Amino acid sequence: MAEYQNIFTQVQIRGPAYEGVPIEAGPWVRQMKPGFSYWLGKIGDSQVGPVYLGWLGLASILCGVIAIEIIGLNMWASVGWDPIQFIRQLPWLALEPPPPAYGLRLPPLNEGGWWLLAGFFLTASILLWWLRVYRRSRMLGIGTHTAWAFASAIWLYLVLGFIRPLLMGSWGEAVPFGIFPHLDWTAAFSLRYGNLFYNPFHMLSIVFLYGSTLLFAMHGATVLATGRFGAEREVEQIVDRGTAFERGALFWRWTMGFNATAESIHRWAIWFAILTTLTGGIGILLTGTVVDNWYLWAVKHGVAPSYPAAYPAAIDPTTLPPTGGVR
Amino acid sequence: MSMVLRGAAAAAVVLGVGLLFTFEYGSVETVQTGFRGVAMEQNYRASAIPASIAANQLPEPIDRVEPEGELASAVYQNVQVLGDLTESEFLRTMTAITAWVSPEQGCTYCHAEGEELSSDSLYTKVVARKMLQMTRTINVDWGSHVQATGVTCYTCHRGQPVPTGIWFADPGRSPAHGMVGNPAGQNRPAAQVGLSSLPSDPFSTYLVGKEDPGIRVIGNTALPTGNNHSIKQAEWTYGLMIHMSESLGVNCTYCHNSRAFADWSQSPPQRTTAWHGIRMVRDVNAEYLLPLQGVFPAHRLGPEGDVAKVNCQTCHKGAYKPLFGAPMIADWPELARKGPAAPGQSAALGPRVPLQ
Repeated sequence: MAEYQNIFTQVQIRGPAYEGVPIEAGPWVRQMKPGFSYWLGKIGDSQVGPVYLGWLGLASILCGVIAIEIIGLNMWASVGWDPIQFIRQLPWLALEPPPPAYGLRLPPLNEGGWWLLAGFFLTASILLWWLRVYRRSRMLGIGTHTAWAFASAIWLYLVLGFIRPLLMGSWGEAVPFGIFPHLDWTAAFSLRYGNLFYNPFHMLSIVFLYGSTLLFAMHGATVLATGRFGAEREVEQIVDRGTAFERGALFWRWTMGFNATAESIHRWAIWFAILTTLTGGIGILLTGTVVDNWYLWAVKHGVAPSYPAAYPAAIDPTTLPPTGGVR
Repeated sequence: MSMVLRGAAAAAVVLGVGLLFTFEYGSVETVQTGFRGVAMEQNYRASAIPASIAANQLPEPIDRVEPEGELASAVYQNVQVLGDLTESEFLRTMTAITAWVSPEQGCTYCHAEGEELSSDSLYTKVVARKMLQMTRTINVDWGSHVQATGVTCYTCHRGQPVPTGIWFADPGRSPAHGMVGNPAGQNRPAAQVGLSSLPSDPFSTYLVGKEDPGIRVIGNTALPTGNNHSIKQAEWTYGLMIHMSESLGVNCTYCHNSRAFADWSQSPPQRTTAWHGIRMVRDVNAEYLLPLQGVFPAHRLGPEGDVAKVNCQTCHKGAYKPLFGAPMIADWPELARKGPAAPGQSAALGPRVPLQ
């Protein structure tokens, strides 16, 4: 009997490779002869292939490569084409959006034009990949849940890089492409708009993000823990519970008084994941367009408490008359 | 052991050893400075404090002298700034300046060997005169920042003719040449801004002009009412603030309540001192450093051909108060008063003697 009380996946199925359901006639077929990888089997299914590339996949990869090339070559050029400095400074390097003075006009290539081009190709790549996910789901006769979950992440991406800059009237509002630069941008964004932690949609997004990790841990742990009683057949257990499910359910009723079902736990998971980026995108969209200072907004609506003073209140020096002798 | 396992083990060792160098060692002490639970606190690495204190000690004091003798202006020629000192005070001050600024090079760092003491043939003497005027102005006019502690040459120089912590305009600011790779004045590990990817030269923007070019980017109304500062501008302000934090060895919360960075009524009193400090640095750069353009020889200029300028680091050098608040002018009241303006000379430079 399979043993699940361990860190890595121990069961590897080796049989005749499964080629998948028949696909509709078209120019593309599934490629790559299926094979098996012992090491991939440690973290997933040991069967590799066949894959289906298709026009959408090909176009998406092409656009993605163009975007990465534009970003990477600009980064490399910014260190004078020095390969060692490119590697050393890579986390700091970036392709910046245009200066705000250009508004929504097309800037010269080296003043944000490359950023617009990279953004266009990256967005095209992501949207084509979304279509591919949707089409492959349909082709296999499965639901399109994955595509809609992906769409929620794309929503946040589009708000940050496209929709909000459009509403603000400046490409310069968008995020730079770069590792540290996009993090510094995030901190500057929060500073500029008076502390994003007071943005209720940011609060919701954090709740769903942290909630997602909690649900993921609870669900994964429950299924592995009840695996010895057959819990890996979790979807069948939606209607045919069996002792594994009953034990898991009892465990959660004992520990927190309530339990999800084998169906509803997956709805919890997908909705928490989707709502993380959905609410996050709303929060970003409202920032600067509808609310300029989230801290003051929170004070106005009784969200931000006041604390006892620990030192004498400072006074904005610009509001004081200049004193003689001391400038 | 298979090749794959061996490769993975080798990679893990290389990565692991590399990671060890990224850790900061030594325990961090946290001092609460505001109301409990609101993260108003300062972090210190206890193990770093002894070295920091040792590096920020006052030099050997020079005994006070009776104000005897005639005024320096009557005894010596071409004394444009310290002419109101008596001869004894003047000699003591000159001795101190040598110890503070050019202990190895001696008097001849400014006074050309074999020439009259009054000769201005060395650029260093012209610069030193300007710096004396600056020192007096800071001590007299900028009590809002230096309080009664004051400054002397030693505050910045620390025994070196060229102080550490000066800055030049960053060539990376200028519009990029060519078709690709414009870093937009940021996005490289810049020591001035704490190795962040923030704009590496916020000084040319915020610390040279007399007018405030808009450090404040946060709006003071909940809803938009015309504050059109961009996120990019916020990054430039952020760069300047990180410079201040690094220069003083303090956290953001030394001056700001991090829940509402803009709100003065919740800010620690140090923010007011820092606010005056920014204006003082601007004044010093505009009145005393930038006018030295043309005095400094080429090898003292920055990559853009500009003169050295000051920022917070020039005096603070990592300490929340320079030399941890040691009283600088208690022993040097001569440097804390305005001298008489020399007749017929601009307050700026005085007459230039052509280089010989």
